[in-house]
Order: sequence, then C-alpha cells, then structure tokens
Amino acid sequence: MTGGLGSIGIGPYLTVSAILLVLGVFGIFLNRKNVIIILMSIELILLSANLNFVAFSSALGDLSGQVFTLFVLTIAAAESAIGLAIVTVYFRNRGSIEVEDITMMKG
Amino acid sequence: MTQIVFYVFATVLVLSAGMVVSARNPVHSVLFLILAFFNAAGLFLIAGAEFLAMILVIVYVGAVAVLFLFVVMMLDVRFTRMREGLQRYAPFGAAVGGVLFAELALAFGHWRIAQNIADVPHLVPAPGRTNTAALGDVLYTHYVFPFEACGIVLLVAMIGAIVLTLRERPMGRRQNIDRQHERTAAESVEMMALPLGQGVAELGGFRRPDKSYYVASVPGSYGVTADAVPQAAPAGDDRKGGLGQ
Repeated sequence: MTGGLGSIGIGPYLTVSAILLVLGVFGIFLNRKNVIIILMSIELILLSANLNFVAFSSALGDLSGQVFTLFVLTIAAAESAIGLAIVTVYFRNRGSIEVEDITMMKG
Repeated sequence: MTQIVFYVFATVLVLSAGMVVSARNPVHSVLFLILAFFNAAGLFLIAGAEFLAMILVIVYVGAVAVLFLFVVMMLDVRFTRMREGLQRYAPFGAAVGGVLFAELALAFGHWRIAQNIADVPHLVPAPGRTNTAALGDVLYTHYVFPFEACGIVLLVAMIGAIVLTLRERPMGRRQNIDRQHERTAAESVEMMALPLGQGVAELGGFRRPDKSYYVASVPGSYGVTADAVPQAAPAGDDRKGGLGQ
C-alpha cells in the first residue's frame, strides 16, 4: 500500500509530519511575547497536516487527500490574513503584540 | 537516490521549522519559514503532488510568508523584550510537546491501513493524466461545492482584513462623480492667445478658469473647504496650482 511513494514508504512522511506538528505546538508555548511567531507556528501545524494528506493520498492512490490539501491551504491563507490584520490593529491601538497583554476581553 | 533526496529535504525542513520557533529575530523566523515551505514543496514533489508543490511555493512563499514579512517589518516591536520569559515557558512547552510526540509515536506504532481499503471507492486519476489535470478533474466535479465555499471563505477573509485595518482618514481629495461628468470644456479649459515669441510663463503660467478648481470636489475632503466648492470663485489672481507657484 505504498503506491505513489516509491521506495520511501509512508512511515518517514508521517514521522516528519509529526515532528513538524510537535515543533509548531512547542512554538506556541515558547513564544509568549510575539503573536506573529504564534501565527507562524500555526502555519507549521497546518503544513504538517498537509504533509499527512499528501502522503496518504499518494500512498493510497486517491486524489481526495490532495484536494483537501488545497482546502487547507485556502483556510491557512485566510487565517493568516485575518490574524495579521488583527495583530496590526491591536498593535495600532495598544503598541504591543505580547500575548500577556491581550486581556481586554477578560471581563 | 530518492531516499537521499527525501532525507535531505526532511532534515532541512525540520531544522528550519525548529529555527522558526526559536529564532531571536522575527525576520529570521519568517525567512526560515520560507525555507521550510520550500523544503515541504520538495517533499510534495517526491510524493508525486506536483501541483500542490507549486501552489505551496506560489501561495505560501509568494503571498503568506511575504505578508508575514511585511507585518513583521511594519510593526515597530522591541525585539529585545521578545525573548524575555523564554526560560520560563520552555520547560512547559517542551513537556507538552514531548507528551504530544510520545502519543503520536504510540499511535504510529499501532497503526495499519485497513485490509479492505481497496473496496472503498477511490478517486483515481485517469491513466495518462498529469497530476494537475487529474486534480482539476476531481476538484471541479466531486468537490465543486467545497471549492465554491473556499472561494467564499477567501472573499470573507479579504473583506474582513480590509474592514479591520482600514482607517478612515480624510487624506485624499475625492470627486463628485456626477458633477465631474457634467463638466464641459467651456468651463474647464481657457484658451489663451499667445503673442509670437512669448511663452506661457510670462503670461502667468498655465491656468484653468478660476471657477473650475474645486467644482467637482467633495466638500470636506482633503484641502477642500466647504465654501470653495459650490461655484468656487476665488477672487482675482488667487491662482491655485499654477505653474508660477
């Protein structure tokens, strides 16, 4: 069942993707001062999901995975655009993008 | 050979992803993110997804990463303060990441593709089709409604980003379109008879009829006072925008 992946197999793909996911989650916890790097970590997480989709699509000879990768790419682009817009507006209003300062809706 | 290429791409991908989350300067983070996307595109190519590899380079590197770069450079953030608290959060993050990775490794160890996977209908590319053409076949038939929904999501994201960041500032002189359309040459252009050997500059420079300056401007837009608009008749030689000024 490793049709399109040739001699590599699906295991290494899943391993790389898992490492990417863990690095993304680690980045979210690590960078508490900078929202932009958190957004980049989210991009990394979505990239790992894409890698999984493509690997399984290729291994199973089914194009659905690649179509879903396209959808994930779309959502990621929309998410980063909105996120960066929010960061820009927030920086304009508060002069900081530190996560700890974002407590306005705490009540 | 393919394995060597795969492991080179995978190694650089993981290393650059690590640098994304740990770089001291956010600009370096963005650049490492671009490197990571390029290597992920390489992995996509090895997996046979050429179209997605190109899309990854074009959309991610060309649009998303450059957007990140713009924002990082636009915001005047003190980068030295950025890394404070790193020591405090690193153990917690490493713990969560370690647990997550252990769980993934556990799942990876006890995982198999179902035996009867071949019974499930697959969207198999037609023989002889390239990856791009096959993807188009599927995308515009089976997945046409999700595809349209993606278009709507992008539209909403675009409008949302514009609405969020648009600042209403009275910069820029706007035009009253109707008034501009009903202007005639007679009220906008003044013909001058020039004596031989004399330039326009000696006669006071190019000038439009005095009344015509703010005729089509929207009152209150930049530099247009309300009283100047209706049939603006500035007194005498109160020229605005002439050559001589």
